[in-house]
Amino acid sequence: MYTVTTDEAMTALDDTARLLTPDGCRIADARLDPWVEDLDGAAVRGLYRDMAIARRMDAEGVALQRQGHLGLWAPAQGQEAIAVGTARACRADDFLFPSYRELSIAILRGGVPADLVLAWRGEVHSTYDPFELRLASPQIIIGAQTLHAAGYAMGIQRDGGDQVAVTYFGDGASSQGDVNEAMVFASSFTAPVVFVCSNNQWAISEPVAVQSRFPIAGRAPGFGIPSMRVDGNDVLACTAAMRWALEHARRGGGPVFLEAVTYRMGPHTTSDDPTRYRDREELEAWRARDPLTRLEAFLRAAGDLDDETIAAIGREADGLAAQMREAVLTARTRPAIEVFDDVYCEPHTGVEHQRARFAAYLDSFAADAGSAR
Amino acid sequence: MTSLTMGAALTVGLHRAMAADERVIVMGEDIGRLGGVFRITDGLLDEFGPTRVIDTPLAESGIVGTAVGLAMRGFRPVVEIQFDGFVYPAFDQIVCQVAKLHYRTRGRVRMPLTIRIPWAGGVGAVEHHSESPEAYFVHTAGLRVAAVSNPQDAYTMLQQAIASDDPVVFFEPKRLYHTKGEVDLDGNVADAAPMGLARVEREGSHVTLLAYGAQVATALDAAIAAEDDGISIEVIDLRSLSPVDYRTIAASVRKTGRVVVTHEAGGEAGVGAEVIASITEQCFHYLEAPPLRVTGHDIPYPPAKLEKHHLPDLDRILDAVDRVLDRPNSLTPTAGAER
Repeated sequence: MYTVTTDEAMTALDDTARLLTPDGCRIADARLDPWVEDLDGAAVRGLYRDMAIARRMDAEGVALQRQGHLGLWAPAQGQEAIAVGTARACRADDFLFPSYRELSIAILRGGVPADLVLAWRGEVHSTYDPFELRLASPQIIIGAQTLHAAGYAMGIQRDGGDQVAVTYFGDGASSQGDVNEAMVFASSFTAPVVFVCSNNQWAISEPVAVQSRFPIAGRAPGFGIPSMRVDGNDVLACTAAMRWALEHARRGGGPVFLEAVTYRMGPHTTSDDPTRYRDREELEAWRARDPLTRLEAFLRAAGDLDDETIAAIGREADGLAAQMREAVLTARTRPAIEVFDDVYCEPHTGVEHQRARFAAYLDSFAADAGSAR
Repeated sequence: MTSLTMGAALTVGLHRAMAADERVIVMGEDIGRLGGVFRITDGLLDEFGPTRVIDTPLAESGIVGTAVGLAMRGFRPVVEIQFDGFVYPAFDQIVCQVAKLHYRTRGRVRMPLTIRIPWAGGVGAVEHHSESPEAYFVHTAGLRVAAVSNPQDAYTMLQQAIASDDPVVFFEPKRLYHTKGEVDLDGNVADAAPMGLARVEREGSHVTLLAYGAQVATALDAAIAAEDDGISIEVIDLRSLSPVDYRTIAASVRKTGRVVVTHEAGGEAGVGAEVIASITEQCFHYLEAPPLRVTGHDIPYPPAKLEKHHLPDLDRILDAVDRVLDRPNSLTPTAGAER
């Protein structure tokens, strides 16, 4: 009978895989190194660009909310390496199932700046076509999307495909039944799923210790799922771990679980006030591990990034942020009667009856004042 | 015509749906080798294999949630929830995902799921095995809800539900699984009455009696019994609970002026309440008496030995019929006895 105490397991898992130290020095990791050896300076610079754009657009989202143009925004500052490292490792035909804090992935998958803001403004519930970007609409229900990924992966198996379903969720979601059920289904059916848990230490005000007294990556082996705990602020490590995970799933090895350890630098959303539950020292300690400054130091030391390039990337990011703002400021709210659109695919007499009644009601104003509905 | 039990009619319907479209898959607990605890999926594993007939882990949210993902991959999952009272763990996936994905994505993601639920009481079962949760789903926009009452509808409507690009919660009354009826297996399902239509089961002129599921048989029994007293009851099987076919119901109520609705579920905020409210709006000036509900009590489902006192039977229905006709009934004051 194999037994392991919690303390022993925690010690074993305390080793978080990384390739870049917080000050940007490249270190060796026998497990991760082979997966990034083909990345040259230009490729790594591309990851820096993606992260810089993600951060700039996130800042624009916060600003737009503060200026009253958005109802809410969920900042992702500090978590850019996970989204960029993992999503860039995917193939175009892999299908990704994100939560609401991986919006930058939409840009990486071919989306437009408007895709990041119109739902937060309340114009629509979602923008892009999930089948076009192979990216599900951002999921608000905590952990629900993990089951969709598991089911999609079961579909891949039935089609004989070699795609992988990838799902993103947080440390808080790891407590949800759906996430645990998704791991059971994926494991039992050897489905090609990569679970990416962004452990950003906080589920609104609850520290991760409320969710788990044990490293979250340590749960996966209990489901029969290989896992890795990786430095979520190290984009090289995230890329390498994700490539390993995708390859394992793609070759029929079944699901893989990645716990990417990071920190939510901002509030849960713009409605949140993190000063009520966490202290400044913790924030500053994590600021020193920032994924962007870390990668910038690495690239500069290697001679692969200079002030001129950084400025050019900044201009590109500013341009995308401006497009976000433009999309918000020019958004046209749909006509009232369209609230009835798409409740069903096929005619439903109940909805049709209400639509007709509401249309008549709206028309009564038009008849009075000549105003259009 | 072929004489089949409702259970067998469902099995044939499932078989035909799977044969007609290779993207149709069935999934649930014990539905493979065992053929389901009610044997509705009997033989499907042998015929279609384990890639299309999936024995799932015992996790209802997982079953529905993975069915959502399979639908996004282009499959048409038919999910079996083993018993009515086991659907609640899947409630979040049904209400927040299955019902809303089409609306959320402005029509881009369709959810052609059929969620089959062996349903309701009268079978002497233990707790959680006799529930009538249909109102929760009727209240949820984005779902279609059907409840069958006979083998022919079970056979036809199940295939219609599977063919629908909208999600359908499909209620199968457990106590009718072994009841036989004539089924036309040669007719084209596409030519059958659409799933959303109610059906006049028996014509009558004095009272409109609305029922669905196993209560339809009770309602028909009540109509036959009332005939002896010279009362003519029109019985309508709602068949579809979302949408409700108000055109058929209103036509009947305008003729009879009196309405009684019966269902096993409790009355509070139930299907009967909604149907009466809507029909009152539409037919108020035709009504000769306040519409009445004859429902299960607003209690948790009682132990099996007591369920006969909970389920609305023929006598309780006739009592309500007497009330809407202003005939002597259980509420009529009796001489010398004050209640």
